[in-house]
Amino acid sequence: TVMAAPVTNDQSWFFALALGVSFLKCLLINAYHSTDFEVHRNWLALTHSLPAAQWYYEATSEWTLDYPPLFAWFEYGLSHIARFFDKEMLVVQNLNYASPATILFQRLSVIVADVVFFYAVKECCKSLREDKGKDLLGKPSFILTVLLLWNFGLLIVDHIHFQYNGFLFGVLLLSIARHFQNRHFEGALLFSILLNLKHIYLYIAPAYGIYLLRCFCFTQSNDNIWSRYNYLKIWNLRRFIDKFYSSLFIKGQLPQVLSRLFPFKRGLCHAYWAPNIWALYNIADKAFSILGVKFKLLDINKLPKASMTGGLVQEFQHSVLPSVSPLATLVCTVLSILPALFRIWHRPNGARGFLRCLVICALGSFMFGWHVHEKAILMAILPLSLLAVESREDARIFLILSITGHYSLFPLLFTTQELPIKIFLMLLFTIFSLTSLKTLFRKGGALLNPLEATYLLGLIPLELICEFVYPLTVWQKTFPFLPLMLTSVYCALGVTYAFIRLYISLLTCSDSTKKIKTQ
Amino acid sequence: MENWSLFSLCVLLGLTSRWAVSFHSYSGAGKPPMFGDYEAQRHWQEVTYNLPVHEWYFNTTNNDLNYWGLDYPPLTAYHSLVCAYVAKLLNPEWVELHASRGYESHSHKLFMRATVLFTDILIYIPAVLLYCFYFCDGFSKQKVATALCILLYPGLILIDYGHFQYNSVSLGLALWGILGLGLGWDLFGSLAFTLALNYKQMELYHSLPFFCYLLGKCIKQGLIGRGFFQLAKISLTVLVTFALCWMPFLSDPKQPLQVLHRLFPFGRGLFEDKVANTWCSLNVLIKIKTLLSRETQLFLSFALTLLFILPSSLKLLSKPNLWQFKLALVNSSLAFFLFSFQVHEKSILLAAFMLPLLVKDGLLLPYVVTSLAFLFLSLYLLSHLTRTNEPLFWYFPFLVISVATFVWLEPPAKFPDLFPVLVSILSFLHFLGFIIYFNLVQLMEPQRKKSQKKTN
Repeated sequence: TVMAAPVTNDQSWFFALALGVSFLKCLLINAYHSTDFEVHRNWLALTHSLPAAQWYYEATSEWTLDYPPLFAWFEYGLSHIARFFDKEMLVVQNLNYASPATILFQRLSVIVADVVFFYAVKECCKSLREDKGKDLLGKPSFILTVLLLWNFGLLIVDHIHFQYNGFLFGVLLLSIARHFQNRHFEGALLFSILLNLKHIYLYIAPAYGIYLLRCFCFTQSNDNIWSRYNYLKIWNLRRFIDKFYSSLFIKGQLPQVLSRLFPFKRGLCHAYWAPNIWALYNIADKAFSILGVKFKLLDINKLPKASMTGGLVQEFQHSVLPSVSPLATLVCTVLSILPALFRIWHRPNGARGFLRCLVICALGSFMFGWHVHEKAILMAILPLSLLAVESREDARIFLILSITGHYSLFPLLFTTQELPIKIFLMLLFTIFSLTSLKTLFRKGGALLNPLEATYLLGLIPLELICEFVYPLTVWQKTFPFLPLMLTSVYCALGVTYAFIRLYISLLTCSDSTKKIKTQ
Repeated sequence: MENWSLFSLCVLLGLTSRWAVSFHSYSGAGKPPMFGDYEAQRHWQEVTYNLPVHEWYFNTTNNDLNYWGLDYPPLTAYHSLVCAYVAKLLNPEWVELHASRGYESHSHKLFMRATVLFTDILIYIPAVLLYCFYFCDGFSKQKVATALCILLYPGLILIDYGHFQYNSVSLGLALWGILGLGLGWDLFGSLAFTLALNYKQMELYHSLPFFCYLLGKCIKQGLIGRGFFQLAKISLTVLVTFALCWMPFLSDPKQPLQVLHRLFPFGRGLFEDKVANTWCSLNVLIKIKTLLSRETQLFLSFALTLLFILPSSLKLLSKPNLWQFKLALVNSSLAFFLFSFQVHEKSILLAAFMLPLLVKDGLLLPYVVTSLAFLFLSLYLLSHLTRTNEPLFWYFPFLVISVATFVWLEPPAKFPDLFPVLVSILSFLHFLGFIIYFNLVQLMEPQRKKSQKKTN
């Protein structure tokens, strides 16, 4: 059906969506916030009150600075605006200070910082292959905008739980968009900035490294001078970053900074297991130990007493299967992404191939990494959205990954008050993504096969059991972590499946760099 | 995208906004001894659960009518009773007779908010969806846009989920009534509306159009024969519904009288607080409240209300079709609001002009956000779907400025109530303009582009 009015203003819908989601974020100002709120308040306080040399040594609060220096400078900048809201929040000793003005300021800072994200999404939409003549709701750029701006994970992690992921992912998406637009130097610069804002993006650094080296430093074209020039540019970039670092710190600080950034003392798994391979590993270990005791293959007294299901962030031993060390996880991670990197090196496939490799790196690190947070799944979901609106197979993988990944974020908001919000928003995003992608790719049958659909539908009874039925049973007191375990194991299946499918699609896709002329 | 998915997205957006608003403060939070409407609703649960029916509306040792006595019709009382049963299951302290006065806790707030959400989902939202689906003209996208605008209407959200009330029940039931009439199910429509009336007496504002429409329809079908039969069926439905609702109160003639006395407090004055109606605005110039005697005030308000309703009702009587019906609803409710006795500002449920009330409740933030969102959204959608632009957009900055002045400027010491009064008067002038405009539209029936012949 044709809309009653002509779409006179092509960009007004973007503005409407952005404003709409901002209004929603404003309404969530008074919602529950996690300890991350205090973390950021503490960082505001210490960057404001102390000289830079002491930022990474300060330990009055338990929430020490564990993000790279550029983020610390960002907090420093924010602290100057914070002064006008409530000076008390900038006092380091005011632990857990959360006056209404503080909450308002911090929440607003996240909402305003999201402007970077909005801009990045706009740029990404420009790189899509538009289908002219479709009505607004069926346009890939519209669908992508909603999938990104109204992303469920970002909304609940940033605007309820409290973090600055929108801003950071904005920088990432902008970098990707620049690569799509062949402005590679800017893309590389943005990524370097991103790494200095949050080091978790090291997960995807290999993809960037290989892609940039392959395509711009060692190209097969005749332009050897060109490629060497690009190589120099990127090398200069790295040197610039190093100089930036050393200008901020006395040389000796680097080990301290690094020790804060990479705290390997924490265990293999977080209190709530991220839905990755190690969750499945843990459950297999538990199952084997129970079976072993039952069939008298193992002596119950010889098994280590505490186990992963205790839920504390400490290092524990596995009972039956071999224990996993940080080095082992690193090896597994590298092994998991190596095939993708090789593939990109041999058959680059342009910016889209790079993006696919990026998602695989993010997902591989999520699957095999040490002490992974479930929030890290967003690093795979958000870039995948770009691919999802352009290819059928990617849309399918996106649906499985996003629905499962978003559901795995549910335990982050455990308060009763937020329960309706997370259910409503999850349904909102899920219904939109399912129906819009289904409509976009309606030629060629159903998007999800029956098995996948059943798996996703299984999330509904899982939610009902974990959040409604289980708390009323008697096991709630004896095995309080059982629902969390169930959730993470069930989601791990979906995430693993998506990972495998994504790999298959990367390894089997034909080389279409020659076909794609337009970007 | 399919219709069902678009509609469900609208519903989910509406539900999310509602619940997000409910995070904020409620009426009378932390303000002993009287607290506010929230405490009133909790108190009614306490009263209906612990006391026998014949004591609910009476001033007894156990029931102090000065502390939020019941002043809504029986259906509200029954609703409170049901909620009280649930409350008792969850935490008996919430409805303990006398001991639970002023009870405030996080879990109790969640419970109360949940009851509002529950009835909203059960009654109001399905009615809105069906209404938009069946009775909106235009393409499916326009229907969805209308549904979104109605569901995001800040007035209802803020009053129900912020201040705390159950307007969605009575409005929802009334909407079911309208739906019934529109689909030609007159009996169902009458039943639904009678229930709405028995939930909140404020629905009297809509009663005359219902009456005139149905009467006119029956007359058209011929007073001898089908029409008469239909009229009899409708009257029977209404009477039986009333009887069922009031059954516990019919045993003793004193009961219904007392209930009516509570419902229509003619003992109070012409108006309380700042309301955007004629009397309040007039009071600024001429102190009618003190000048005229109570009887004269009653007579004046009755006369003027009647005067303003009559034209539209008579027109509806003569031409009972849906379009006339809808307009008559608007005109009738406006007339009652502007001229009747003891009107509360909530009666109008129009966002921008309830600012004073909401600021008192600590609901400034959700008010600003939802109103701005609603205004922006409705103006945006309106301009895209109907190709009208200019006249509406000047409204937006105007309202923003008026809100801003109200919040940030200090009134001069001589007139501490200056801003609320100004807002009231401004709103009153708007409503006066609306009632004149809508009356003209209804009476003169200007040519419409599409003729929508909805068969009754």
